[in-house]
Amino acid sequence: MFAMASLSLQEGSSLEGFRMTWRFANFTDAIAANGEFLLRSLRNGAIVTVAALLVAYPVAYWIAFYGGRLKTVFLFVLLLPFFISFVIRTIAWSFILSDDGIVLGTLKSIGLLPDSYHVLGTTLAVVAGITYNLVPFTILPLYVSLEQIDPRLVEAAKDLYASKTQAFFKVVFPLSLPGVFAAVLLTSIPAIGDYVNAAVLGGSAPGTSMIGNVIQAEFLRNRDYPEGAALAFVLMALMVVGAVIYARLLGTERITEG
Amino acid sequence: MSAVATEPGQDRSPPAVARRPRKRWTRFVLPTYVAAFILYLCFPIFIIILFSFNQTRGGFGTSPRVKTTWLGFTTEWYGRLFELPDLTASLRHSLTIGLLSALAATILGTLLGLALARHRFRGRGSADFVIFLSISAPEIVLGAALASFFVALGLSRGLSTLFLAHTMFSIAFVTITVRARASGLDPALEAAAMDLGAGPATAFVKVTLPLLFPGIIAGFLLAFALSMDDFVISQFTQGPATMFPTWVFGSTRVGIPPHVFAFATIIFLTGAVLALVLALTQRRRV
Repeated sequence: MFAMASLSLQEGSSLEGFRMTWRFANFTDAIAANGEFLLRSLRNGAIVTVAALLVAYPVAYWIAFYGGRLKTVFLFVLLLPFFISFVIRTIAWSFILSDDGIVLGTLKSIGLLPDSYHVLGTTLAVVAGITYNLVPFTILPLYVSLEQIDPRLVEAAKDLYASKTQAFFKVVFPLSLPGVFAAVLLTSIPAIGDYVNAAVLGGSAPGTSMIGNVIQAEFLRNRDYPEGAALAFVLMALMVVGAVIYARLLGTERITEG
Repeated sequence: MSAVATEPGQDRSPPAVARRPRKRWTRFVLPTYVAAFILYLCFPIFIIILFSFNQTRGGFGTSPRVKTTWLGFTTEWYGRLFELPDLTASLRHSLTIGLLSALAATILGTLLGLALARHRFRGRGSADFVIFLSISAPEIVLGAALASFFVALGLSRGLSTLFLAHTMFSIAFVTITVRARASGLDPALEAAAMDLGAGPATAFVKVTLPLLFPGIIAGFLLAFALSMDDFVISQFTQGPATMFPTWVFGSTRVGIPPHVFAFATIIFLTGAVLALVLALTQRRRV
């Protein structure tokens, strides 16, 4: 980490070696040149987090309250995909979503979709891929906090004439907020830094590359280590600041809610 | 029109009879949704296993590529598993690095976990912070930091830097599992052993270590699994050597040989069966 901080201030090229020059301009250069990618990563991260939360919450809720004795079985099934490297899982999605693959190919042959329709190489594919890869990290913290809620509290709410929806929004959801908080952090941080999905599912299509792709290219293709290190540092700093602000906001909100 | 639309008093207390049938079908909404979700989660795995049995066309046998459409059933790829030397080498790298780094991380992480659970010392807070950081920091930042570190030291990247990097990111996970186990242990047990004439070393080996063992094993397995699965950090620190995931990623540009899917299927089944057996035996013991 410190090596990265110092490297981000050096200049030179991989051929002549790098000198320490306290070149803070690396940072402004990096941000100026890659603001587009940075913004896109933040936007994609936000979409993924919201989508994963919406998809995951009902699953976590059902397993926690109605899973019964099969809870551990369900959790095991949720973790099953992890036995295959996520790179290969992402590649599998690129197969599924390919233009003549089993989903699009079938829909096209039935005539439901026009022949020119494609998903790969779009932001939709990238966001969907990241969501797929991270949704287990969203479910687990949600499940943990939902599981701790005493079902009798819901009963009590109903006894006090709360409807099912009211009982959920006034009792269950507020009590699961710590889980939501953890889930948001666990999902958004890797989502913003991801570059595998953008590379595999976005292809080299313009408008899909994220900040991670830029950092990876700077390090591994262009060998511009200072620039890459500066970008990685900016990303890290953004996330730390974001996480702290987020923790503050949510903390006070929970206090005011009682 | 508006007179029909809003009459708030009416739908607040609908008659009980009218409610029942609605309730009956909504009962199935959530379970169906969960089932659909699990299907969605496992769909890519199903596809991988299915396509590992898919025939390919063209390519003249030497460099077959997986096709996106179904061409017919074959077990050919399982017979030709070790045909690609690069792929086999990358798998061997992954296994070697996985085992060695898990071993190193287990030893270091166990010591660190024990120290953090037992003693209060200067730098404890910062050790905690570093552990938290290395778990929560995005992988790409860790990868970039490690690559910078190796560049700054002038180390050429290869298997040795891979080993260092994998050990580094696994330590934190081992530390956490061992610490959880160690903080549940009664320190009086070790004291009792020493009262019975055991030296500190004997007491540690005969009493503390066996009690910590489940935590240590869990830490080792976790470290091994993380190392096998790691892609981002490997890509940043590998240099000319390749690991299984990074080799596969590199091959996406030219097309994936079906051997990859066959290997993935085997790895998946081994992992899943092992985990299942482990879970079942542990449940029986309790």
